[in-house]
Amino acid sequence: MSKLSIRNFNLYYDDFHALKDINMEIGEKEITAFIGPSGCGKSSLLKSLNRMNDLVEGCSINGEVLLDGKNIYDKDVDVNTLRKRIGMVFQKPNPFPMSIYDNIAYGPRTHNINNKARLDEIVEKSLRGAAIWDEVKDDLKKNALRLSGGQQQRICIARALAVEPEILLMDEPTSALDPISTSKIESLVQELKDKYTIIIVTHNMQQATRVSDKTAFFLSGEVIEFNDTDTLFSIPKDKRTEDYITGRFG
Amino acid sequence: MSSLRRIFSFDHIIRSLIKLSALITFGALFFIVGYIFIRGIPHLTLDMFALEYTTENVSMLPAIITTLMLVALTLVIATPIGVFTGFYLVEYAKKGNKFVDLIRITTETLSGIPSIVYGLFGMLFFVYRLGFSYSLLAGTLTAAIMVLPLIIRSTEEALMAVDDSLREASFGLGAGKLRTIFRVVLPVAMPGILSGVILSIGRVVGETAALMYTLGTAAKMTDGLFSSGRTLSLHMFVLSNEGLYVNEAYAVGVVLLLIVLAINGLSTYLSNKLRKGE
Repeated sequence: MSKLSIRNFNLYYDDFHALKDINMEIGEKEITAFIGPSGCGKSSLLKSLNRMNDLVEGCSINGEVLLDGKNIYDKDVDVNTLRKRIGMVFQKPNPFPMSIYDNIAYGPRTHNINNKARLDEIVEKSLRGAAIWDEVKDDLKKNALRLSGGQQQRICIARALAVEPEILLMDEPTSALDPISTSKIESLVQELKDKYTIIIVTHNMQQATRVSDKTAFFLSGEVIEFNDTDTLFSIPKDKRTEDYITGRFG
Repeated sequence: MSSLRRIFSFDHIIRSLIKLSALITFGALFFIVGYIFIRGIPHLTLDMFALEYTTENVSMLPAIITTLMLVALTLVIATPIGVFTGFYLVEYAKKGNKFVDLIRITTETLSGIPSIVYGLFGMLFFVYRLGFSYSLLAGTLTAAIMVLPLIIRSTEEALMAVDDSLREASFGLGAGKLRTIFRVVLPVAMPGILSGVILSIGRVVGETAALMYTLGTAAKMTDGLFSSGRTLSLHMFVLSNEGLYVNEAYAVGVVLLLIVLAINGLSTYLSNKLRKGE
């Protein structure tokens, strides 16, 4: 059974029909990339998967998103627990203006882990998981805002890992970063695959081919094609996919 | 010819005008402060800080203490209401909500009303209608209504300056609204909120018109919520108004000026800290 099933999913911003009848099965411990031109709905779908779209005024949905078979839009679902299970990394690095340690410990503390030794352990494990432990281990009290952009983004990934999510949503996590930081994050994503199901939105097709197992191509709120990354990029079925990946539009 | 052209060149004229404006501004400020200090400092005697007011010593100590009590009580009432209103407007209310528009229009209107109008309202409502008479309570309530818009606005602005991506990050980790506001948003917005509160202190300390007919002008120290008193500003106003103690009024002016300068300095320091924090 797939980890996440998106079924007949529609999303509206007021009258604007932003996502049209999306159907998608996302397997456990796979990396899925969402690609497509700006405004095609890929970020909207990503935000729908941990209900961050609840915060957007005028946003309404119908259809289902099943996490392990349970619809996350059911009335009895606790949004905070859901977001603990499905973590998110944002486009722009957004560490809290506090120490590195407190950034990582914020999530666990939110979910009532206050034991110092336990927190220390989680912080180290998360920072190691995000491949930044060696760079910051002597300076955990330092304000996270004083790190470089690439380091900040890895702090944000570590912060997301600290609540032990099952799925990690990444919304163009490297678009604000330089090439070296980008390649660090990309190899990190590869490592994280062993433990997490990852969905990554990207503008960068090379990135999609480098990191993902499956790719979905979005256009004007529809999923045009969803397939193994190798297949999609080598023998696209749809003319529009071909046009996009060969750079003819978008 | 060429030197004449240099003197009357457009650039030169503008630069002179700018320098002149700066000079006038600083000049006026230094003149006022200097004038008050020169007139006031020689008359600052130890007698003026006696515990009891008499017509001989015209002590300002009761007025200082009344001022402190008024400021403290005003803040106790206005700060929570103002800060929570600001929180409601920014964090809880939906955009385009009619009630929010109403609160915004009300606060803007309230902040534009001349303070004597607050005084009149306070007198008619608190002093007569509710029967508080000239009292610390009536003065406090009037001053609280007067500074409320200031606190609401500064809270609102401080909260709106907090980057939305921080709220998203917190929600994304499964934190609820309250935790997000108190652990992430509030620490960032704190200096801005505080500087609004400090400006309100300055407003209350410098106020006379709104307090004259609510707090009253009794020269003794207030001995309770229902007793009249006078703040330092009122004390200065009454002294100079009576005509007998103009020199002492200047001495009070010196003390008042120092207090206001200290408050403004603190406010500037905090808003600088806010800007650095971003």
